[in-house]
Amino acid sequence: MSLFASPLATVDGLSVTLEHYLVVAGIVFSIGIAIALSKRNAIAVLMGVELMLNAVNLTFVAFTRFSENADGTSVLTGHVFVVFVLTVAAAEAAVALAMAVLVYRRRETVDLDRLNLLRW
Amino acid sequence: MESLGIIAGFWLLAGVTIGASLAVFAVRNLLHAVVFLILAFVGMAGLFITLSADFLAVAQLLIYAGAISVLLVFAVMLTPLANRDNSNSLYVLPGGAFALAFATIIAFVAIEVDWHQLRGDALGARSFSTTVAEVGSALLGPHVLAFEIASVLLLAALVGAIVLVHEDETGEAA
Repeated sequence: MSLFASPLATVDGLSVTLEHYLVVAGIVFSIGIAIALSKRNAIAVLMGVELMLNAVNLTFVAFTRFSENADGTSVLTGHVFVVFVLTVAAAEAAVALAMAVLVYRRRETVDLDRLNLLRW
Repeated sequence: MESLGIIAGFWLLAGVTIGASLAVFAVRNLLHAVVFLILAFVGMAGLFITLSADFLAVAQLLIYAGAISVLLVFAVMLTPLANRDNSNSLYVLPGGAFALAFATIIAFVAIEVDWHQLRGDALGARSFSTTVAEVGSALLGPHVLAFEIASVLLLAALVGAIVLVHEDETGEAA
């Protein structure tokens, strides 16, 4: 116990473990799925995709928190992966939103139910 | 052993993140949805901080809460005649049911699996003071090839986004 922690402020039964973070990430990911599957507006669908990417980042960071080398030093490969996910998410958002604006210019709508140009 | 404060912090941040994500689904105005999405990103950055990922928390704030949300607001503003209500299509029932089933499966697996050597308190103090130096040396050490490829990807996305929305003199989109 550290010097500054008072005996009253320590709890054992309530500790937050890996499972807590995984469940939170799973819930956020599922909300992202629900948004991406059921929204009409293309921009709202993109918001759902961003939420899903974010939830996956949380699982990476949570697993990295517990991964260690044999000598006890921490491994931060998960953090590096999250940096790449952030990069790809930024690129994806820029291109996808540009496409949404382009579709709007041609069709005057971003309603995915009305974008049926490829329908036979 | 953890202090009560950081446990309360975890539950608060988790509640804010999940509640804001639900609000993105539920609110009726698309711009309000963007605002709640920013709140969810900020809550997620707080969860990163509770996991000792300081660099990623700041990067999350900069990239998601800063840049991507501005892009989303721009996209909403650049489509002025489109429908602004955050309405659902006919797929809301199967989509919601699938999401619920998915969340149940993930929660079941996460709780039932014996995480063997990944046990322990998530919120305890780490041995290092900051992750910035370690992430930096990992990026430019073993992962330098992926790092360079990411820079090419960013350039391609930049040029692609500009080309997509570019208009020539006749006003015709490229």
